[in-house]
Amino acid sequence: MTRLQPVLFVLGIAALVLAPIGQGNYIVYTLCSWLLFSIAAMGLNLTLGYAGQVSLAQAAFMGIGAYITSLLTLAGIHWGLAAILSIAASFAVGLMLGYPALRVQHHFLAFVTLAFNTLLFLVLRNEEEITGGSFGLSGMERPSFFGVSTDTNMAFYYFSLVCFLIAAFAMWWILRSPWGRAFKALRENPIRAESLGLKIRRQTLLAFAIGSAFGGLAGALQAPLVQFIEPGSFALIHSLKLLLMVVVGGSGFFFGPMLGAAVVILLPEVLRFTEGYYLIIYSVLVIVLMVYSPSGLIGLGRRIAEKLKPRHEARRDLQQGVQL
Amino acid sequence: MAELIQILISGLAAGSIYALAAVGFTLLWQASQTINFAQGEFVMLPAFFVLVGMTVFGLPLWPSVFLALALSLVILGVAFKRLIVEPMLPHGTLPLVIATIALGLLMKESVKEFYGATAQPFPAIFPQTVYHVAGASVSLQDIGNLIVSMLAIGGLQLFLNRTRTGRCMQASAQNPAVAEILGVNVKRMVLYTFLINAALATIASVLISPIYLAKFSNGETLGLVAFIAAIVGGFNQIRGALVGGLLIGVIDNVSAVYISAEYRSAMPLILLIAIILLRPQGLLGTPEGRTV
Repeated sequence: MTRLQPVLFVLGIAALVLAPIGQGNYIVYTLCSWLLFSIAAMGLNLTLGYAGQVSLAQAAFMGIGAYITSLLTLAGIHWGLAAILSIAASFAVGLMLGYPALRVQHHFLAFVTLAFNTLLFLVLRNEEEITGGSFGLSGMERPSFFGVSTDTNMAFYYFSLVCFLIAAFAMWWILRSPWGRAFKALRENPIRAESLGLKIRRQTLLAFAIGSAFGGLAGALQAPLVQFIEPGSFALIHSLKLLLMVVVGGSGFFFGPMLGAAVVILLPEVLRFTEGYYLIIYSVLVIVLMVYSPSGLIGLGRRIAEKLKPRHEARRDLQQGVQL
Repeated sequence: MAELIQILISGLAAGSIYALAAVGFTLLWQASQTINFAQGEFVMLPAFFVLVGMTVFGLPLWPSVFLALALSLVILGVAFKRLIVEPMLPHGTLPLVIATIALGLLMKESVKEFYGATAQPFPAIFPQTVYHVAGASVSLQDIGNLIVSMLAIGGLQLFLNRTRTGRCMQASAQNPAVAEILGVNVKRMVLYTFLINAALATIASVLISPIYLAKFSNGETLGLVAFIAAIVGGFNQIRGALVGGLLIGVIDNVSAVYISAEYRSAMPLILLIAIILLRPQGLLGTPEGRTV
C-alpha cells in the first residue's frame, strides 16, 4: 500500500491538472467551486473529524474571508495580502468564539457557532454602508501574479488548484505532526489524552481556529471566482451544507471532505433531470447513508472492501467462546 | 404603558408557542440525546396535514386537526423514532444531527413540491375579537394561544410528575441502565417521549399557523427559536424550556418595537451567547457533569 501511495498521488494531481482541459466554461466553474468548498470542508474536518467539535459556522468564516477580500481588493489592495488578512481574521474570530464556548460542555460550540452564523448574516445584510446590504458587493477583479492574469475560468482553475494543493499539504502536515496526532488522541480517548499531559481545551480551540482559517481562505477564493457576494451565500444553510460535505464524505478521513464536496456539489447537477424533486431525493439519500454508514462514503467503501478482501479467519468455534 | 402591556401580552402569547416546541426539543434530548434540527419543520408540517384534511378530504376544521394529530403521532413520532433515531443511536450524536438536518430539508421540500410554495391562509381557532383594556388592545387569539399552551405544558408536567408512566419516563431519561434493571420498559418510555413531542408540535402548529400563515419555510425560524429557548432556559428542565420560550417571545417583541426592527432576530441570539458565557447550564437548569 505504501509503495502505491506516491503513484496514486502523482496520478491524482495529474487528473486534477487535466480535468478542466477541453471542458466548457460551466464545468470549469463547477470544478473551481469544488476546489474551494473542499478547502472549507477540509478545515471543518479538522474541527469535526479530528477534534470532535461540531461547528455550524464554517459558511460564516467563508463569509468573513469573502467580504474582507472583496472590500480590500475593491480598495485596490492585491489579492495575496487580502487573502492573508482574511485568513488571519477568520483565525482570530475562531479563537474568540471558541474560547468561551469550549470552557463548558462539549456540544456548546455547536450552539455558539449557530448563533454566530445567524448574527453575521444579519450584520452583513443590515450594515449597508460597508457590506452593500442584500445587494452585496460586485466587481472584484480576479488577481494577477507577476503579470499573469487569472481572468479566464481556466486560469482561475489552476490558481485555485495551487491554493487547494497548498491547503491540502498544510493540512496533511498538521495531521502528521506530533501536534496533529494529539488531535486523534483527543478524539479516540480524551481522558487518556489528558492524563498523558495534553491540554484538551487548548488543542480543541486551536483545531477550531485553524479549521476556521481554512474557511477564510475558501472565502477569499470565492470572492474573485464569483465576482459577486451577498449575505445569502453565507447563511446558516450553507454551514449545514459544509457539515454535510464532511460527514457524507467521511469525517476523520483525509480525503473525506474532498469526496463529500464533490458529491454535494455534483449530485444536484446529476439529479437535475428530476427537476423539483432533486432536494427530496438528495435528503433521502443522506438519511439512508447516515443510517447505514455513519462514517460516510469512505467508511462505506472500506466496509465493502473489507468484506471482499480475503483474509485469514480465526476458528469460528472460538469466536463463540470469546463472546461468552 | 398601554403599549408595553400590549407588547408583553403578544410576546407571551408567541413565547408560549415557542415554549411548546422547546419543551418537545428538551424531552427528545433527555430521552435519547437527540438534538432534533428538524424541530422547526416538525411544527411546520402538522398545519399542512390540517390543510390537506380540509381541502382534499373536505373535512371541517376540528376533524382535520384530529387527523393531523394522528398523522403527526405516526409520522413524527413512531416513524421518526423507528426509522431514523433508533438505528443511529449507537453511532453517537453527530450522524443523527446530520440526519435530522436532512430530514428537515426533506419535509420542507416535500411540502413545497406537493402542496405549494406560497403561504397558505390557515383557519383561526379563536375568534379574531380584540378587547380594549385600559387603552391596550388585547386580542382574544393571543389570550387563547397563551392559555392553550400553558394548559398543555402544565398537563405535561403533571403527567411526568404525578403518574407512574411519567415517573418511569423521567427515570429512563436520567439513567436508562438503572431504570431497565428496575423493570422500566425504557424503549417504550422513549417512544412515549417521541409521541409527546409530536403532539406538542401539532398543538404549536395549529396555534401559530393562523398568525404566520402556513408556509413550507416556517420551520427555519421556529426551529432556531425553539433551540435557543431550550438552551436559554436550561437543556435539562421542562420548566426551563417554558421560561426560555416565554422570554424569547417577549424579548423578540420588545426589541422589535424599542430597539431595532432590523436587528430584531439578533436579540435572542445575543441572549443565547450571553447565557452560554455566564450560565451555561441555562437559567433554570442544573449543571450536568462534564463528559470529559
